[in-house]
Amino acid sequence: MAVLLIAEHNNKELRPFTLNAVTAASQIDSDVHAIIIGQNSGDAAKALSELPLVKKVIHVEAAYYENFVAENFAPVIVKLADNYSHIICSANTFGKNLMPRIAAALDTSQISDIIKVISPDTFLRPIYAGNAFATVKSKDAKKCVTIRPTSFDPCESSGGSAPIEKAEPGEEFANTKFIKREEIKSDRPELGTARVVISGGRGMQSGDNFKLITSIADKLNAAIGASRAAVDAGYISNDHQVGQTGKVVVPDLYIAVGISGAIQHLAGMKESKIIVAINKDGEAPIFSVADYGLEADLFEALPQFLEELNKLNTIQK
Amino acid sequence: MKILVAVKRVIDYNVQVRVKEDNTGVVTDNVKMSTNPPDDNAIEEAVKIKEAGKANEVIAVSIGEEKAQETVRKALAVGADRGILVKAEGIIEPLAVSKLLQKIVEKEKPDLVFMGKQAIDDDCNQTGQMLSALLNWPQATFASKIEIKDGKLEVTREIDEGLETIEIATPAIVTCDLRLNEPRYASLPNIMKAKKKPIEQLNASDLGVDTSPRIEQIKVEEPPKRKAGIKVSSVAELVQKLKNEAKVI
Repeated sequence: MAVLLIAEHNNKELRPFTLNAVTAASQIDSDVHAIIIGQNSGDAAKALSELPLVKKVIHVEAAYYENFVAENFAPVIVKLADNYSHIICSANTFGKNLMPRIAAALDTSQISDIIKVISPDTFLRPIYAGNAFATVKSKDAKKCVTIRPTSFDPCESSGGSAPIEKAEPGEEFANTKFIKREEIKSDRPELGTARVVISGGRGMQSGDNFKLITSIADKLNAAIGASRAAVDAGYISNDHQVGQTGKVVVPDLYIAVGISGAIQHLAGMKESKIIVAINKDGEAPIFSVADYGLEADLFEALPQFLEELNKLNTIQK
Repeated sequence: MKILVAVKRVIDYNVQVRVKEDNTGVVTDNVKMSTNPPDDNAIEEAVKIKEAGKANEVIAVSIGEEKAQETVRKALAVGADRGILVKAEGIIEPLAVSKLLQKIVEKEKPDLVFMGKQAIDDDCNQTGQMLSALLNWPQATFASKIEIKDGKLEVTREIDEGLETIEIATPAIVTCDLRLNEPRYASLPNIMKAKKKPIEQLNASDLGVDTSPRIEQIKVEEPPKRKAGIKVSSVAELVQKLKNEAKVI
């Protein structure tokens, strides 16, 4: 039986993690169908049909799908569920909000946030903020699975030509109304997908001091992250937070500045390929996960770091 | 208005969790247990709404072993009026929890159900959404701001792209983000007073819900360890290592 992947998009284009979710879906079964629910979302549906791993696209449109309200989306997917062994979506706020509503309607015990497909019914997932890994096997006939996007590579994005089938919209859920979305616009790479991330913690001492981080981020074309302590102290807005209650990032290079390394922060970044820690406390737990640790006062180290980077000819873009 | 708040007893967030040697789970013996952190935000918000005169009763409910009574008692000490403990042994998956909560909702008929967005033990992030599906109620997940307006709720949600605002009609489910509020500490007099507040005890089996697990936990392991790194002595050395050894800049 085929698997159904729920595409995440903004009505114009696919959101990048849809490609990672398609990869995960294809590891469960090669017969991947993808559903896209939205409004005026033809271009995004076309982009979905061009993913070589996708065999069929189901496109559903109505005005009340424009803003991705889970109460409207869930019944559409539940109605199609008979045809599929698995329903799959990314474990970001879109999928976290939507999938349990589908799973409960199907009387299925959902498996959240998997990092590996072991077999079509057995998966690896982190628990306790990544302090333990559980191997779990679903005994339900139908499986609802959300995947951690950063644990799967994005699939090829061009060359496919899957048929696009239109499906009927469901009814509108009257008791939930979308009002507005305030997206944080930035010229920088997105925190969740950036190749380099530089984060500041409580050691930054003020929001103003984050400009030391910004200048290095500019040089390295890096996204800017922060620990929960820095966010709670008001140094930086919470969309920069890396950790169990923020974003999970897996960049090639993660630079932690003035971050002690609380469990909840480590959960969000310790899968990064190379970790650098700059901290004046040599005993800080962040050093236990760092490939390169520099025990130094960040107010001296950061300007030097920028100076050294300026000496290099390679500017990462 | 009546608000039901679901609270879960979990390993305290400051405890370094250790995997059992036989790989059947994590060590819980002699480990400090606390209320799941965002559930504290859920209780705080409900109590604040009551203090503002917009609710007349706050009920705290927990599902779990006998000791989960302590979690309910803590909710009473910060302002909940009465408690319910649904006793159940072993792993109760979010689907079963939401079915048990559905039974409590049918009995208590609250206007709002609050809970944390996610439990920090199994990290599932499912129960609120599942309960709202079973009840066919609106759901406002990951709430960082709640305003009550003419019997409706305007809720700001934390989403990956930033913030989203939705309006939901009651009855409704709200799952709370850590940024919703600053949970208060229980004062000693309130802890004493809470001892006199009633906690109704029920058994999961009496509610007619099958709580047997649908997911088999095959094994629990330590995550792979990162290999030990090195300390560098200067910024210049760091940059050279990043360029020539790690080749990431």
